[in-house]
Amino acid sequence: MTWDGISFEDRMETVEFRVGERPHIVVDSDICRSCTTKACVTACPANLFAPTSDGGILFNYEQCFECGTCYQVCDSDGALSWTYPDGGHGVVFRSG
Amino acid sequence: MTYDVIVVGAGPAGSSAALMAARAGLSVVLLERGPYPGSKNVYGGVVYGRVLDDVLPGWWEEVPVQRWVTRRSTMVLTGTQALTVDFRSGAWGQAPYNGCTTLRSDFDGWLAGKAVEAGAQLVTSTVATGLIREAGRVVGVRTDRPDGDLRATVVIAADGVNSLLAKELGLLPKTDPKHLTLGVKEVLSLPKDVIDERFGVRGEEGVDVEILGCTRGIAGGGFVYTNRDTLSVGVVVSVDGLAKSEVRPEQLVADLKAHPAIAPWVQGAEVKEYSAHLIPEGGYDHLPQLHAPGFLLTGDAAGLCLAAGIWLEGVNFAIGSGLAAGRAAAAHVLGGAELSSYRKDLESSFVLQDHKRLRKAPALVLSDRVQQRYPQLIADLVEGLFTVTNPTAKPGAISLLRGAAKRNGVKLRHLAADGLAGGRTFR
Ligand SMILES: Cc1cc2nc3c(=O)[nH]c(=O)nc-3n(C[C@H](O)[C@H](O)[C@H](O)COP(=O)(O)OP(=O)(O)OC[C@H]3O[C@@H](n4cnc5c(N)ncnc54)[C@H](O)[C@@H]3O)c2cc1C
Ligand code: SF4
Ligand code: SF4
Repeated sequence: MTWDGISFEDRMETVEFRVGERPHIVVDSDICRSCTTKACVTACPANLFAPTSDGGILFNYEQCFECGTCYQVCDSDGALSWTYPDGGHGVVFRSG
Repeated sequence: MTYDVIVVGAGPAGSSAALMAARAGLSVVLLERGPYPGSKNVYGGVVYGRVLDDVLPGWWEEVPVQRWVTRRSTMVLTGTQALTVDFRSGAWGQAPYNGCTTLRSDFDGWLAGKAVEAGAQLVTSTVATGLIREAGRVVGVRTDRPDGDLRATVVIAADGVNSLLAKELGLLPKTDPKHLTLGVKEVLSLPKDVIDERFGVRGEEGVDVEILGCTRGIAGGGFVYTNRDTLSVGVVVSVDGLAKSEVRPEQLVADLKAHPAIAPWVQGAEVKEYSAHLIPEGGYDHLPQLHAPGFLLTGDAAGLCLAAGIWLEGVNFAIGSGLAAGRAAAAHVLGGAELSSYRKDLESSFVLQDHKRLRKAPALVLSDRVQQRYPQLIADLVEGLFTVTNPTAKPGAISLLRGAAKRNGVKLRHLAADGLAGGRTFR
């Protein structure tokens, strides 16, 4: 894990997540299929939006920074339902 | 449960509001969704603490400081060049100091503790999930605790840049990518003596470096801050620009760390934590309405972070506005004063005076020429001045400027106009 060679998985391993049971962000992949920008895929700093072969999106909420970038860059109404994790859950920054 | 004041969010704005309201003798609850204050928060960062002089005299004796910033550099980078303006001040290393690096998990907890000492009740691991409204007035919040409805005379939303409460009231637009930037940061471990050596500082002295021209033309900039035995290194980029760029945020941080001027500082350091957070950068011309019946908006939730190029000051503006919100709530509960006194108070303090004076700065600093052309132009000009061209005689400065401007597609009249605009903006 040196400065020039850290994999994305190792990078995310540095962050503590107290994963809640309720997915706090839900993606409607049907709406994503007609999205031409897929802006969330490159903009999400945690890299949580994975394009699928059928043009949709596979999303996992577990390692989310709760930053809000995804809903800010998404132009499609209803594609994302975005809330905070339940109290005490989600990301826990130590050196923010 | 019923309180005089509910404060949502135990960041610097919320804790400051709770502190002032509790000191005025009100019953105050301070809600925080994270397990401890600071657990959800990310910044650069440097805290400029003088805003606390009146409310917490001698704050510097106990603030959880990493290092006192005694050296401040502004860098302009291109692919292979770097120009640095470097300033040191002995005065910044002595009380009352200027700024300190500190981690949010330490700082936010410390400030929330001050609100608790003043009598506020801090409740962590609790999300305010919505507002309770009656007859056009905010009268409380719902929480995700069982039987979690709380009522109050005043609700202060200090819930940060995404303020879902302000959005629920329609005070903030649902999305606003043009006036937001994304900050991504790595905290890197290095032994203290290595940091001291690489940055030319000793003891508790620290360095703050702001960087322009390191974001592949996406509007934004970079930073390096020294903590005791870590460095905070990151970039801040326009959300709109990032969305259109197809560049991933961590690539921008990797670029910065690989730059020949930065790589020697971070060599051998291990990533201790990776993080990201949004910043409201709209400035004065995009401020939302700051109050509604029974409701005050403060800190980043109100867009009050000052982001104007060489300045990125959000914590001190959050504290300044939070203190004012706490005062306004107290005057309302105790003496029936209108909540609109809050805006007037801010207008007469540094919070809105600075914002008003620098209202044109966000647009200028994030403009295409400043972001995409000037870094290379300035670097070329300086390289021209310092390159010895023997046996050819030295070129004149004006001809170097002409050449650099031409190579970078900048017309001299635009340069003059931007110079003038810059002079007016930062006067
Ligand atoms: C990369 C980066 C670098 C920065 N660098 C600097 C710097 O060097 N110096 C500086 O002064 N500023 C800097 N800033 C800006 C600064 O971080 C912010 O302006 C400041 O944190 C705003 O304080 P706040 O209290 O308004 O909001 P926040 O600090 O965001 O606090 C909001 C709080 O509310 C809580 N919350 C949110 N919603 C709810 C809810 N519904 N229920 C309960 N709790 C809730 C959150 O968990 C959080 O604790 C930087 C920001 C970033 C992102
Ligand atoms: S979440 Fe939004 S931006 Fe991302 S693919 Fe779906 S519709 Fe497009
Ligand atoms: S909130 Fe931020 S980290 Fe979480 S999914 Fe959205 S963009 Fe990614």
